[in-house]
Amino acid sequence: MLRKALLISPEICIGCRGCQIACKEWNNLPADETKNEGTLENPSDLTPNLYNKVRFIEVPSETTPLRWLFVSQRCMHCDDAGCITICPAPGALFKTKEGAVAYDKDKCIGCKLCASACPFNIPRFDKNDKISKCHLCSDRISEGLSPACAKTCPTGAIRYGQRDEIISNSQKEGYEKLYGQADLGGLGVLYAFKDAPKIYGMDEQPAVPETVLLWHNVLKPLSYLGLGGAVAASLLHYIAFKPKKDEEDK
Amino acid sequence: MTNHWIDVKNSDVILVMGGNPAENHPVSMKWIMNAKEKGAKLIVVDPRFTRTAAKADIYASIRSGTDIAFLGGMIKYILDNKLYFREYVVNYTNASYLVNPEFKMPGELDGVFSGYDPAARKYDKKTWSYQLDENSIPKKEPALKDPNCVFRLLKKHYSRYTLDTVSAITGTPKEKLIEVYKAFSSTGKPDRAGTELYAMGWTQHTVGTQNIRAMAIIQLLLGNIGIAGGGINALRGESNVQGSTDHGILFHILPGYLPAPTATLSDLKTYIEKHTPKTKDPKSVNWWGNRGKYITSYLKAIYGDKAAKDNDFGYAWLPKLDEGMNASWLMLFDHMLKGKFDGFFAWGQNPACSTSNANKVRKALSKLKWMVNVNLFDNETGSFWKGPGMNPKDIQTEVFQLPACSCVEKEGSITNSGRLAQWRYKAIEPIGQTKPDSEIMNELYFRVKRLYQRHGGKFPEPILNLSWRYGTKDSDGRIKKVDTHLAAREINGYYLEDIYDKTADPPKLIGKKGELCTNFVTLQADGTTSCGNWIYSGSYTQKDGKVINMMARTKKSDPTGLGLYPKWAWCWPLNRRILYNRASVDPKGMPWDIKRGVIKWSLTKLNPQTNKPGIWEGDVPDGPAPPMADEKAGKYPFIMRPDGMGAIFGPGLADGPFPEHYEPLECPLSENPMSKKQRINPTVKLFYTDKNSLAEDIYANNDSRYPIVATTYRVTEHWQTGVLSRHIPLLLETVPQQFVELSKELAKEKGIKNGDKVNVASLRGKVWAVAFVTERFKPFKIMGKTVHQIGMPYHFGWQFPEDGSAGDSANLLSPTIGDANTMIPETKAFMVNIEKA
Repeated sequence: MLRKALLISPEICIGCRGCQIACKEWNNLPADETKNEGTLENPSDLTPNLYNKVRFIEVPSETTPLRWLFVSQRCMHCDDAGCITICPAPGALFKTKEGAVAYDKDKCIGCKLCASACPFNIPRFDKNDKISKCHLCSDRISEGLSPACAKTCPTGAIRYGQRDEIISNSQKEGYEKLYGQADLGGLGVLYAFKDAPKIYGMDEQPAVPETVLLWHNVLKPLSYLGLGGAVAASLLHYIAFKPKKDEEDK
Repeated sequence: MTNHWIDVKNSDVILVMGGNPAENHPVSMKWIMNAKEKGAKLIVVDPRFTRTAAKADIYASIRSGTDIAFLGGMIKYILDNKLYFREYVVNYTNASYLVNPEFKMPGELDGVFSGYDPAARKYDKKTWSYQLDENSIPKKEPALKDPNCVFRLLKKHYSRYTLDTVSAITGTPKEKLIEVYKAFSSTGKPDRAGTELYAMGWTQHTVGTQNIRAMAIIQLLLGNIGIAGGGINALRGESNVQGSTDHGILFHILPGYLPAPTATLSDLKTYIEKHTPKTKDPKSVNWWGNRGKYITSYLKAIYGDKAAKDNDFGYAWLPKLDEGMNASWLMLFDHMLKGKFDGFFAWGQNPACSTSNANKVRKALSKLKWMVNVNLFDNETGSFWKGPGMNPKDIQTEVFQLPACSCVEKEGSITNSGRLAQWRYKAIEPIGQTKPDSEIMNELYFRVKRLYQRHGGKFPEPILNLSWRYGTKDSDGRIKKVDTHLAAREINGYYLEDIYDKTADPPKLIGKKGELCTNFVTLQADGTTSCGNWIYSGSYTQKDGKVINMMARTKKSDPTGLGLYPKWAWCWPLNRRILYNRASVDPKGMPWDIKRGVIKWSLTKLNPQTNKPGIWEGDVPDGPAPPMADEKAGKYPFIMRPDGMGAIFGPGLADGPFPEHYEPLECPLSENPMSKKQRINPTVKLFYTDKNSLAEDIYANNDSRYPIVATTYRVTEHWQTGVLSRHIPLLLETVPQQFVELSKELAKEKGIKNGDKVNVASLRGKVWAVAFVTERFKPFKIMGKTVHQIGMPYHFGWQFPEDGSAGDSANLLSPTIGDANTMIPETKAFMVNIEKA
């Protein structure tokens, strides 16, 4: 099957957050208790109960009081997915035939290594420490439907389709290169940006942290050599997170 | 809407002013973005940089309540630069009419038009009239040079609206004004289309009606009425508010915009005489000339066989307003507070939060003996007696809560802003003991009727004589289950006798006794037809004996390519998708713009009605008559006007034939920069006049204690007072609490940081909110001084969430004052102060 993808176009997003709500409805995610914290952007970050949120970004402008950008944030469904690479629990994280990075909570061991390997800071963990994130509505797309977010978007700011078609159509519309077109083996969520990605709050060149992959290559085989998965994972976890923590302490 | 939602895609320039479609009508942005994709420009004029403004090509900020100054400047710009569509203006508007030389304007009379009576706060409109010829038809001067012609008067009136003056009043920088004026007036060419989208940001002012009038003048000057991608489009804020207005929810109208009868119009003949406009101009269709057919058919619909010629079709049973009586929303609560009501049905509403000066409303409710609250949830209205500042022990009002079911638990029609009536099916059975509104009304009707039957009463006929044919009656005469299809059929109307077209020779049968009416063209004034709402006649009809619910149609064909989708549902009147479409063609019937032709007079085809060549193609035209240039049978385009012309001069309104800028009741200025002696609209009803007035109605103008302009609005995530949306946890998650948006400059002055809890207060109330310190509001320079503006949504209330975490309604702050024509409250411009809590 040809790879599927989402195309997100902040230029036509009106920040209505229909996608944010539709996602929660389809995936049966309960509401979190929130407070107003000086912005319409709420909840302030992705949570185990929030797979997709619209970020409201204010950029200074010379012609208007500001430039107000609305950007949907969620799992990018990388082809070269660091989370799958590092996951020590067989079958917990996997790729669907459409190219979505999905997961099986029953197989997740709660090691949280995937979080360390994600260049986009996406995986969240529920109260049982099981991974929680956008899975591109894998239950919908496997039946030929579009994800809830794309289905509900009133302006077409989130579109779902064949990845190669999305890319060629965007080229016709004047987008030379989409964000995510080539990064990490090609992302499953592509963005049509008019300006530098950093204006939209995105890394110019997203990459899986090298140290994580290095240690993974050394240690993951250990689990297959008889060392229990959980033990290997905790070791890995130490290695992956410790250096980071030291950095923060500085 | 003159046009419809999808039609926005046909525009070249879209002006959003007085509305916020991205937040309050998000689906409409599909069509706005679609137009933009094809090169259209989106202009947003708003005090605040909204989510719609985020998509705009041009954004201009404006101080709340100064739209007429802004638009008056645009009228001047169009006239000065000759950007109007001359052929359209001369042929299709009253620009060439000669006005009474005695007529004087605010520039000459210190801010008022001629005929003003300050004691009565009313105009004698004698001078607001035309010079008539021997046939009582207005004299015209198509060269537009006579100093008394409408066009010259318009030019004279708006010559006072210079860029400097407008900028000083609105706070909009001069270069922004020019940018907007230039972009929008580029649509004055035949091959360009400009539309205007507005909502409560224009209506909820003391000059609300005149805000829209000002735009109507602009659209007529530019030739934008009647065409695809044009028009003046009211974005209705509830999914069926168009339907409820059509069906007479307001105090001054019966269904189908028939005026509510008044006590002095003592019989049907007098009513028809008074409300039927006349013309001697053979080219004017004057559609309201049919008033008698519509009111008679309406009476036949509601009173059935009881309505007969010898009892005036039951006209006497209709409720009457006293002459000059103001029974508007604000007056209801004013009278309630003064103890003039025993009971009140709050049906599908929450006035304790939705009404301006909500503290007054809450207090008024405590004067009632009883109240029935029909809603999906309890709300601030039903529970007012235990709300903030109330002592339940002192309140004697007995409150009954009747649980209504939601829209997905019942079947019926719903009419959107584009006048499109769509049939909606029931998805699930009503939950628990909830009932559809129609069932609650049915039960109420039956019980009131039984009381009248058993105990008599002063005036039982209006109830006892209702035909009430909405289902099968049991032996008690009670309908077990209301069938909404029967209501829809009653609205469409029936032929009660065989109806003949007597102009044909021999007379031709056009309606068969017992069948549903084809449409309102066949309605009669002699009691031989019934029709619950003439504009909906044709919505549920019969063809070759077969009954068709036109509103339930779902065909997706679009033969014109303009998105009219003529076989999708049904649109009033007569399935006409664009109103005044006869103005979209030249006097010979050819579209001004062939690429966007709404209708076209085709001479190559035979007209089956007349057996002569010549037939309209495209949308359903505003009448089948040949185009205006046809000497014998041609008709003017604006068929609802007695003179057939678009009204640049509009003498029908209370406050003047041309819109004039007046300040809001509460404003930051001591006088109106436009006319020093008239600060506010001279014809609004003032509630607070002296110390004997109700203290609740107090207002503060140019008061240093309340120096900040405030407005209210809605956000995408909530709906109205939030009774429905606050109970949905997913929506509350996104916007959980009352907030106030303010500029960085004001925040600095007041020592307020983003996210701080603050109090916002007016003379009438106080509300806490979380501060959003933002660039979306900027201070204005008004008449040389810095003026700040803030804004708050009105979605919240103390009753839910039950811990009070969401705050309370912003309408606790706004004043008791209404528009001079409609009495809609002025909640979009009033004065407050803000302090850190």
